[in-house]
Amino acid sequence: MEAEIAGELMTLNMGPQHPSTHGVLRLELKTDGEVVHEAIPHIGYLHRCFEKHAENVDYPGVIPFTDRMDYVASMNNNLGYALAVEKLMGIQVNNRVRCIRIMMAELNRIASHLLAAGTYGIDMGSYTPFLHCFRDRERILDLFEETCGARLLYNYNWVGGVMYDIPPGFEKKVIDFLDYFEPLVDDLNRLLSHNYIFIKRTANVGILSPETAISHGITGPNLRGSGVEWDVRKDEPYLDYDEFDFDVAVGEGKHGPVGSCYDRYMVRIKEVKESCKIARQAVAKITPGDVHESIPKRGKPPAGEVYMRTECPSGELGYYIISDGSLKPYRVKVKSPCFTAMSAFKEISRGAMISDIVAIVGSLDIVLGEIDR
Amino acid sequence: MKPVEIAALLTQQFGEKIIESKPDALNPWSAVAPGSILEAARFTKNDERLLMDHLELLGGVDYKDRIEVVYIVYSMRHRHRYTLKCRLTREEPKLHTVESVWAVANWHEREAYDMFGIVFEGHSDLRRILCPDDWEGYPLRKDYKYPTRYRDMPV
Repeated sequence: MEAEIAGELMTLNMGPQHPSTHGVLRLELKTDGEVVHEAIPHIGYLHRCFEKHAENVDYPGVIPFTDRMDYVASMNNNLGYALAVEKLMGIQVNNRVRCIRIMMAELNRIASHLLAAGTYGIDMGSYTPFLHCFRDRERILDLFEETCGARLLYNYNWVGGVMYDIPPGFEKKVIDFLDYFEPLVDDLNRLLSHNYIFIKRTANVGILSPETAISHGITGPNLRGSGVEWDVRKDEPYLDYDEFDFDVAVGEGKHGPVGSCYDRYMVRIKEVKESCKIARQAVAKITPGDVHESIPKRGKPPAGEVYMRTECPSGELGYYIISDGSLKPYRVKVKSPCFTAMSAFKEISRGAMISDIVAIVGSLDIVLGEIDR
Repeated sequence: MKPVEIAALLTQQFGEKIIESKPDALNPWSAVAPGSILEAARFTKNDERLLMDHLELLGGVDYKDRIEVVYIVYSMRHRHRYTLKCRLTREEPKLHTVESVWAVANWHEREAYDMFGIVFEGHSDLRRILCPDDWEGYPLRKDYKYPTRYRDMPV
C-alpha cells in the first residue's frame, strides 16, 4: 500500500515568494494529491550572518543588529542582549529602567501578537481582523516613535539603561491606550476567534504533542499551546517579573485536541490581555530616576561567558556571549525560538492537506529574519 | 541540583572522560571527551536526578587553536541548567550526533556544520542550512576569507 502511494508523490514548491509563508521561506512539499506526505523547509534566504557581524563591533554596537532579527519585536530582542551583557559585566539597573523596559517589552509583545493574529486571519481567508489589528498596532508604534524616534527598529534598550527617558505624560498615554485597547480584544474574539469557519480551519490541524514540542526545543506560545505551562517570566524571572501579577495562558483544547493551530492562536490572544495587565502594573511602579545612570563609560566586560534567555513574543530568545576581555565580543550565539519551531515543522505537518500547511505556518508565528539571522 | 553537584555527578559517572569542569563560573560547564558526548547526552537527559530534557542551545566556537561545540541543556522538571563542551581539533572537527537524544539537535548541528565545518557522525541529513549548498568555506571560523564573488556575482 505504502509503495503504491510513494510511487505517485509529486513535489510541489511553495515559496520563497509565497504570501502566506510570512517572509522568504521555501517549503518543498511531497504531495499525494491534496495530502502532504512530507514538508521540507528550506531556510537561509535572509541569512546575513549576524553572529559574524557581532564579532566585529563593540558590545553596544551589536544592539542595532539584534533589532533586525525579529523585526516585529525589536524591544524584546534588545532587552535580551542588554540583560546578557549586564549579567556579564555585573551591572545593576535602577527601578525606573526596569519598569520602562518591562512596559516597552509588553507593549511590543502586544504589537507582535496583533500582527501574528491579523496575518493569521488573512491566511485563513478573513481580511477584516487584519485591519483591526493593524489599526491598534499602529497606536503602539506611535508610542514607540514618541519615545525613541523609530517605529520598527528601536535600538532602545541599551547596556545599563535605555536610550531616552520617556517623555512627560507618556504614562498617561500608555494607560489611555490600554483603556482603549482592552475591550477591543473581545471584538477581535467575536470577529475571528469564535468564527465558525476559522475554528474549522484550525482546530484539528497541526497537532503538536507536548513531548514533540519539548524534544524539539519549542518554547513560548507554541509550547504553551500544547498545554505545557511554561513561561520564562514566571519560571525563571528576570527584571522584576516575579513581582508582577499575571497568568500564564495555556492551550485548552476547547475545539479539537490540545496543541492544535487554534490553541496556539488562542494562547497569543490570551497573552495580549495578560500583557495589558503587566503594562498597567509597570506604569504604576515607575519611580523617578536617571535612565542613563548605569551605562558604562567603556563596555569592556571581564573574560568569561554568559547565557541569558528572555521570553520574546515568539518564544525564548537566548544569547550566549563569550568575552575574551576585549571591547568586542568573541562570540555571540543566538538561540532563536522561531528556528527551533521551524525544525519541528516536518513533524507537525505530516499528513496535512496543502491548505493546512498555510494554517500551520501561520500558527507558529515565525519571523524569517530571526530564523536566518 | 546546583552546578557543583551536577559537575560532581558527571565526574562520578564518567570519570576521566570529563576533562575539565568549572561549576563556579557564571555559566557553569564541563568539558567532555568528544568520544563520550552521546553517552553524556543520554545520561543528562535520562538520569532521574538530571532530566535535562530541553536542549537550549548547540553551537560551535572557534578558539583559533581548537573548535568547541557547546551544549546548553536545561531541565524543565528540576529547573537547572548546565553546559557541556567538546573540544575538537581544527583540522578534523568530528563528533557523534545527539539528534537521537534531542530532536532539535538535527537543525542545530546542521547550523554548526554550515558555520564551522563540524562533522556530526551519524547525522541523518547533514547539509548546509543557512548558506547555499555550494557556498565555500565556513563563515564563523576566525580565519574565514570573505569571498568577493559568488557564482560570478559580486558579493
